[in-house]
Order: sequence, then C-alpha cells, then structure tokens
Amino acid sequence: MTLTPQTVLDRVHAALPQARIELLNNPSPSGQHSLLVHRDDALEVAQFLKNDPELLLDYASNVSGVDYPDHLEAVYHLFSIAQKQGPIVLRTRTGDRSGDACLPSLTPVWKSADFQEREAFDLLGIRFEGHPDLRRLLMWDEFVDHPLRKDYVAPEDYEYEPTPHGEILAKISAPASQA
Amino acid sequence: MTDDALRSELQKRGIFVTSFEDLYNWGRKNSLWPLQFGLACCAIEMIAAAAARFDMARFGAEVFRPSPRQADLMIIAGTVTKKMAPLVVRLYNQMPEPKYVLAMGACAISGGPFKEGYNVLKGIDRYIPVDVYVPGCPPRPEALLEGLITLQKKIEKQRLFGKQLPRHADPQAPAEYPVPAYGPHDLIPPLNPDVFCPKRNASSAE
Repeated sequence: MTLTPQTVLDRVHAALPQARIELLNNPSPSGQHSLLVHRDDALEVAQFLKNDPELLLDYASNVSGVDYPDHLEAVYHLFSIAQKQGPIVLRTRTGDRSGDACLPSLTPVWKSADFQEREAFDLLGIRFEGHPDLRRLLMWDEFVDHPLRKDYVAPEDYEYEPTPHGEILAKISAPASQA
Repeated sequence: MTDDALRSELQKRGIFVTSFEDLYNWGRKNSLWPLQFGLACCAIEMIAAAAARFDMARFGAEVFRPSPRQADLMIIAGTVTKKMAPLVVRLYNQMPEPKYVLAMGACAISGGPFKEGYNVLKGIDRYIPVDVYVPGCPPRPEALLEGLITLQKKIEKQRLFGKQLPRHADPQAPAEYPVPAYGPHDLIPPLNPDVFCPKRNASSAE
C-alpha cells in the first residue's frame, strides 16, 4: 500500500472512529499535505500509526516546533523503514501560547523524538506531557523565556557597541529626515 | 646577548654563545602544545592544519594535549556559546603558566555572524586575555599557521627579567580569571572589565 496522507487518514478513521484527525491540504506546488490530530487523541493515534501492520510508521525522523500567532504546534515527520515509505506529516496544536501550551509527548512511541521535543520545549516553550526527561537542551537551566518565539524580546542589558555601520546609517538617514 | 658580531665570530671558532632568555624562549616557542578541543566548524580547519597536508608539527605544535594541565596554547576554534563560555574560562584557569590563547575565526573573536544572538558570546576576549587573533570564517590552515608563527615571534621577544614583563612573569598579574555564572538571560557578569579593553575607533571615542 502506498502511504499518502489520505490513505493514512482513511485507515485511522476505520480503526479509531472517535479520534479527531483531519487532513490539511497544502496549496503550494510541493503539495505536502499533512494530518492534524487533536492533542487529546495524539498518543492513541501515534500508537496506531506505529503498530498498524498496514502503516508501520516506525520512525520519526524530525520533530519541529512552530510558533503561530494564537497557538504553538509540533510537527512530526514519520517514515516507515519497514515499508520504505514516507514522510507522513503529523501535526498537533496547543490550546494557546502561554498557559495551555501543552502537548502529549510522543517519545514513548518514537524514541527519536526525545531530544527534538526537548529542543521544542527549550526554544518555544511547548510542554510535552509524559516526556521522560523534559529539560532544556540548548540553553542553560537558569535561562528564562524561550528565545525562538516571535515575541521573545532580548533583554535591554545588551551593551551598545558603536560600529561604522551606525555612523553610515546616521549619515544616510539625516538628510532624509530633514527634507 | 646583543653583540651579534662577537657571537658570529665565536661561532666560527666552534663556540656557541647564547643567553638563558634566548635559550628558554627558543625551547618554548618550538614546543607549543595546544589544548585538544574544538567548539565548531573552525575546529575542522584546525584538524586540517594539524594533519599531514599542512602539518603543524613542522612548527612544534603537533602534540595536542587532551588535558589542560599539559597544554601551553589554547586555540579557541569556533563559536563560543554562552553555555560553553564558563567551561572555556575554567579550562584556561587550569592550564599552567606560561600559557597563550589564540582566537581562531570570526566567532571566537567577536561572535561573528552570530553576534548578539541569544546564546553566543561576543568574543572570548571578554573573559580571558587573547594573544593572537586569526580572522576568517573559517580561517584556512595557512592562516592558523601564520597565527602560530606570530605567536612564536611574540614568545621569542618576551623577557624574563627587567621591566615590561609578560603576564606569566609578572607577579601582579592575576593567576586565574573569574568564571562567569549563568544568569536568567546572559552570563553574569557579561564581561570582565579587567580583560576586555576594545580599541574604540577614533571618531566614536570623542
């Protein structure tokens, strides 16, 4: 069976009719359509995707965090090593960006998601519930905030360093502002 | 030993005359053992400089020591992240005197393309004194060898007695440098004012 998002979706619907999962079409020429699964059903769906004999999506090659204006998202790229197929793109969304920025961890299903979920937690602040070891990965433990978020503001304590660029910029902008 | 004419005259008669300083510096400059560690892509060029094609061994720096206790030269090869900076300073403190630092590449010098990134130190010279800067992104192995030879020339000129002593012979110089702590957004302190003294350009110094 050729794995496409549609065939995977049909298979999931047949086996887990109560799971909230939908197909998101990508209108771009690449046409990388993805599956959006509700976070409460994500763990159950993930178990099914990995263990179903028709799908056997046994490898999560990549986990990314994405920052959207009103929610955060985790994107999983799944491959089937057994069937030599993929990727199937699986997405889950948080409730909001601050208090409810929680997702179920899929590390119990795909071990390779461990560090990548930690990275998404570190840089974007997605809290993966059920993760075996949710610590910061790149920043030090004492760091506050999540620097890859669009609303991350670097603190004002950066010291100012004059550069030749600043003088040139001032020269360029000065006549324009006077005129 | 300043009388070169006398020295060459004696050499012709089979007598080699030198001073203790010259002998000591000659030995030191030709056995600069670097500390074996790399931080980013510059380390690859450093490895290339040490390998057969460029062969840093020709200049006596082939023995990369895996312990700071046995190293003379610290080659900061790559981006120093703020997470890594305290460890680099601690390694530097663990090296025995006389010790030297070579900042290799734009990142180690100033932060390079990542300057003012949230996790990149804007140059290792904020915390430890740097002897030679080798610019480049990354510098080619020839540039690293040039930096090494520059350092050798610097060592050759260092005096052991009298005034204008190098740091390692100066009893007033600090034995070790404070290790910065991790803060909520930046390292604390963000720089060591006793070490970091950038040359302001003339127009902005007014």
